Amino acid sequence: MTDGRGNGDAYLISLRDVHKEYRRDAFVVPVLAGIELDVAPGEFLALMGPSGSGKSTLLNLIGGIDHPTKGEIRVAGESLGTLSPSRLAAWRARHVGFIFQLYNLIPVLTAFRNVELPLLLTRLGAAERRKRVELALGLVGLEGREGHYPRQLSGGEEQRVAIARAVVADPTLLVADEPTGDLDSKNAEEILVLLQRLNQELKKTILMVTHDPHAAERAHKILYLDKGVLRS
Amino acid sequence: MKHLGYVLSHLWHSKRRTFLTVSSIAVALFLFCTLRTVMTSLDAGLRASDDTRLVVRHAASLVFPLPLAYRDRLAQVPGVVQVGYGNWFGGYYQEKKNQFTQFAVDAPTLFDLYPEIVLGPAEREVFLRERTACIAGQALVDKYGWRMGDVIPITGTIYPGEWPLTLRGIYRASTPDANEDAIFFHWELVNEAMPEGRKNLVGIYWLKVSSPSDAPRVSAAVDAIYENSPQPTKTETEKAFQAGFIQMIGNVSFLLSILGSAIIFAILLVTVNTMMMAARERTTEIAVLKTLGFSDGLVLRLVATEAMLLSIAGGVIGCGLAFGIFRKVNFTAGGMFPNFRVLPETVGLGLLLALMMGLLSGLAPAIGAARLPIASSLRKVA
Repeated sequence: MTDGRGNGDAYLISLRDVHKEYRRDAFVVPVLAGIELDVAPGEFLALMGPSGSGKSTLLNLIGGIDHPTKGEIRVAGESLGTLSPSRLAAWRARHVGFIFQLYNLIPVLTAFRNVELPLLLTRLGAAERRKRVELALGLVGLEGREGHYPRQLSGGEEQRVAIARAVVADPTLLVADEPTGDLDSKNAEEILVLLQRLNQELKKTILMVTHDPHAAERAHKILYLDKGVLRS
Repeated sequence: MKHLGYVLSHLWHSKRRTFLTVSSIAVALFLFCTLRTVMTSLDAGLRASDDTRLVVRHAASLVFPLPLAYRDRLAQVPGVVQVGYGNWFGGYYQEKKNQFTQFAVDAPTLFDLYPEIVLGPAEREVFLRERTACIAGQALVDKYGWRMGDVIPITGTIYPGEWPLTLRGIYRASTPDANEDAIFFHWELVNEAMPEGRKNLVGIYWLKVSSPSDAPRVSAAVDAIYENSPQPTKTETEKAFQAGFIQMIGNVSFLLSILGSAIIFAILLVTVNTMMMAARERTTEIAVLKTLGFSDGLVLRLVATEAMLLSIAGGVIGCGLAFGIFRKVNFTAGGMFPNFRVLPETVGLGLLLALMMGLLSGLAPAIGAARLPIASSLRKVA
């Protein structure tokens, strides 16, 4: 990992002179200013910074769910700015697994159906999908909870389901936006252990936004974002 | 198809919304089928009309009768091959709500004039022979559970008193538009019972002409004969007569079309609103789907499919109920709407309307969902 210029092809993620501004009525609010970032495959990177510093925005840009005002973002061999909306959606489905602070499970779907969602975008048959979902739920320690709805699960269990959903399609990159932000310390610890396992055993590249220094310690490297500028 | 589970899960988990939306669409489509059936039922008379049949009535109004004495003169008009006559009886069976078409007719000419009334030769013979005999349509017989030989007491309103008629024949209509909800009996029976001042009066004459091209000439000739008589006539084709009869009720088609359109439009707005609210409630969820890689097009199809399923379910229930209920209860509105059956094409049109309602109601929320920006819908800037 480097936060300076580097060879884009050697890295899973490369950001060059990335700017992001938001318009609020007549005002332009700068969020990110000239971000340069390279992340190698298999790294576990933590992003810290005060509220409003642009951490989630940076994560969204790398995850391909937002567009920079200026600059180039290359992830998994694709320059995201060149992709059409439909190709970008397909790219996300193939390469990125998202983990949110508030889990964002679909309330009307069981744990099984929630985890299955990314697989509905693949050509896998029902039997293969079932096998993979059961594998993913087993990985996060939720065997036997397939039929439970989100309201029937604890916060920690919901986040595990969300993690299973993020990894079930075997993405190249996991982006986690304050994954322990809504959990008590015990559950937070379990989720961090799980993320570490995914990084070490499955070699998943992980980008995690957090406010919690204890959580950030799990990462290989911690970067700080302050007023839109990235610091080691 | 594999995404259908997601759509069905939403419908299943929002049971109250699903039930209310489907019910409102079902009620709208039920009303649509009913109103359209009123129109098709009225039009059935037009469709069943024969171009070689003319109707002769009093020039002033249908309520004024014509003398029986016209019969022989009418038969002499060149082009006329048969003359029949009859009176609208306007009675009821047992209770006032049991009203249907009853005609006191010149029985010997009935079957020549109306070949669409199909009756077996034996039954026909008994009917023609027996003065108190009547024949009834199969639909009417089915409705009241009559059997051959039953005495059917008809209470007269225009012709007061009890009129016990013996069922001697059950006819079938040879065309779908012909009326199977009627009974026919002998004009003489009524005429004999009338006081002196009301004897030998005929409500309408039916004339059979040799070809449709004779109709205008025969009509003009008949009306010319009685132009200066105390009872002048108005002669027209059966089709024109039926159309005039419908017009007497008013511009029913226009009124019903306006009513039907207003109902459908109102329910469409309700459904659009429901679907938009449902999509708005699920803003974050839709953003999550897109984050997972669901394309804008797929999200659009999912939201639109939900609206379509609601509408189609409502359409199937509404149209199905209308089709089944009116077939079962044999509703005729006192004989005003004989053949009040929801036609298969009305059901087809209703289902097509439901499909269009689904498309229209799902369009705006589906486009809104497809255009939803992911990042801002998920959360604010951290």
